[in-house]
Amino acid sequence: MVKLRDLPERELLLPGHAACPGCPMALSLKILLKVLGPKTILVIPACCASVIQGFYPTSSINVPVLNIAFAASAAAASGLSRALRFKGRDDIHVVAWAGDGGTADIGLAAISGAAERNEDMIYVCYDNEAYMNTGIQRSGATPYGAWTTTTVTGKTEHKKDVPMILEAHKIPYIATACISYPLDFAEKVKRAASMKGFRYIHLLAPCPPGWRFPAHLTIRVGQLAVQTGMWALYEVVNGKFQLSPISRALLDKSKRKPVEEYLNLQGRFAKLSKAEIEEIQRYVDEQWRRYAILQRLSETM
Amino acid sequence: MTLRKSVEVLTGNYAVAYGVKLARAEIIAAYPITPQTSIVEKLSEFIENGEMEAEYIRVESEHSAMAACIGAASAGARAFTATSSHGLLYMAEMVFWAGYSRLPIVMAVVTRTLAPPWNIWSEHTDIFSLRDAGWIIFMCEDNQEVLDTVIQAYKIAEDPRVQLPVMLGLDAFTLSHVASPVELPSQEEVDSFLPPPGATPRSFTMDVEHPISHSSIVDPDTTFQFRYLMKEAMEEAKEVIREVDKAYSRLTGRRYGGLAEEYRCSDAELILVVAGAAAGDAKEAADMLREEGIKAGVLKIRALRPFPVEEARRVASSVKALLTFDREYSFGSGGVIAHEVKASLYGFHKQPLVDSYIVGLGGSEITSRHFMEAARRSLEKVERGILKPGEVWLLPPEVKLGGVPW
Repeated sequence: MVKLRDLPERELLLPGHAACPGCPMALSLKILLKVLGPKTILVIPACCASVIQGFYPTSSINVPVLNIAFAASAAAASGLSRALRFKGRDDIHVVAWAGDGGTADIGLAAISGAAERNEDMIYVCYDNEAYMNTGIQRSGATPYGAWTTTTVTGKTEHKKDVPMILEAHKIPYIATACISYPLDFAEKVKRAASMKGFRYIHLLAPCPPGWRFPAHLTIRVGQLAVQTGMWALYEVVNGKFQLSPISRALLDKSKRKPVEEYLNLQGRFAKLSKAEIEEIQRYVDEQWRRYAILQRLSETM
Repeated sequence: MTLRKSVEVLTGNYAVAYGVKLARAEIIAAYPITPQTSIVEKLSEFIENGEMEAEYIRVESEHSAMAACIGAASAGARAFTATSSHGLLYMAEMVFWAGYSRLPIVMAVVTRTLAPPWNIWSEHTDIFSLRDAGWIIFMCEDNQEVLDTVIQAYKIAEDPRVQLPVMLGLDAFTLSHVASPVELPSQEEVDSFLPPPGATPRSFTMDVEHPISHSSIVDPDTTFQFRYLMKEAMEEAKEVIREVDKAYSRLTGRRYGGLAEEYRCSDAELILVVAGAAAGDAKEAADMLREEGIKAGVLKIRALRPFPVEEARRVASSVKALLTFDREYSFGSGGVIAHEVKASLYGFHKQPLVDSYIVGLGGSEITSRHFMEAARRSLEKVERGILKPGEVWLLPPEVKLGGVPW
């Protein structure tokens, strides 16, 4: 397990970046760069991360960054990675760092292509469950019932399960993470970095302005996402599904908190009816029946 | 690896592939589309056979093809892609991204009609529609020029004074699938002409030793300055294209006039202005017109961008009429070459008649007869003292005149 003291003191995400107070993405980028170190190149499509770097000619990110169009991060990272490997630079991590819109929606074809080709890169989706950079519009990753500026009465569909779409690509490594568990995330980045091929990490990133909660509650909201089972932490290593210890303890439904505890902290769920909350609970329980089956299946592998 | 100078019978598409191989491209990222496919099939074969040392990224779309080329070029690699028609428009966002990034990527565009209706034959609307993307754009007349232009393209794109991507257009089927003898320079000759990949410094490189954030947010005034630098580079490219053409002729004996080829223009009273494969028919028409006593010449637009303004003015200074032939059309405006030529001549001391002819849309055949008919018509206009520019559609099946009567 990665310990806090194992992480280097050197910061590669520098102070002065333009993220909102309580931003989970800035925090997770900081951890990612601590784990991977300076021999990392980031490929960033249109998203909050393209904004928080700051204005040219300054940058708050102290590794090379190739900013690229919204749908293009996985493809541009493919080209970058192949060119580096062609020149014998196997020591450089190529990381696509994208939001949920650039991953679940507009960039999905390019990600699918890069995953199917097993391009040598780490793709991280920081999932704040809507188009936050453009002002909180619904994405495929927005959960059922959530208010956004394009679903003012609440989203009518459940969240698109991107990690499981990637699972269907049979890539070497998939992990889910949540910024409220930074060492679990660091551990997963480290494991991804030790492997080759297309590695995918899907990180839940509770967004204070977008989810409508006070900026000091980012970590608490993320913890409740995990504790209620709204977000499960797991890895799929070479096809083997493995709930991470924090989530494995929640396989028994009685160990999971009711979803209301998570929903009640957030303004985006303020107008949910009782029936809608029940639908969310039903959906979560159904997901966990799947996780239980996947976990048992893996134990027989 | 070395290839001796030899003559091979090659389609235009194979000429592209041989050119890319001789230019030692390192990363090929491409998606198949008719009639571009045999370019990327041949390149894939070269790489799999070990005849070419490169990586082929078999991407899932043209948008990703150009994005991958941008990623590869950002790491300092020599990148290539090829596409056509719908593929080009699907990648359009990234075509602009490559241009504005000043990355020396080379792309072959097999010019093809855009649907609807479905049509795979040649038209230039696809490539001309991206004329504002910050790319140098060449149009080729024959398969030899295709091969030579691919090799020249890297030399021009990577020149420190230029640092702009280059696309070259070749007409669907007329060039892409018709085989003709092509002289292949040897690998040693090409190596003596084109520096090895990575030898020329780039506008930027993704380098972990020297981290930069490329294409992050830039304020309006600085963005305006970046655009000005691009404009300057495009102006510089004119001289570089001429220089490279001369240097290439010293190597191979073949010259294409740089930005535009002037064919029998010096004593001409009338000049046919055309781009692409139909330039050959235009030259044939000029020869036949001369047999009829009409002193015709041809200005072949080799570079649509940067446009050969000086060349257009030079030939215009001594003629009665310039006839432009556009195999594309900007609806509500007119033929692109017609506009470019007229814009080049505005304010110039000599103002000959400029008549615009729209030809070969949808892949409809263009023959020497089209050029001859147009020439006789415009000359008659001049003789009757009518100097008002006109636009005429030379419609099939018989060459019928359509459009604005003079």
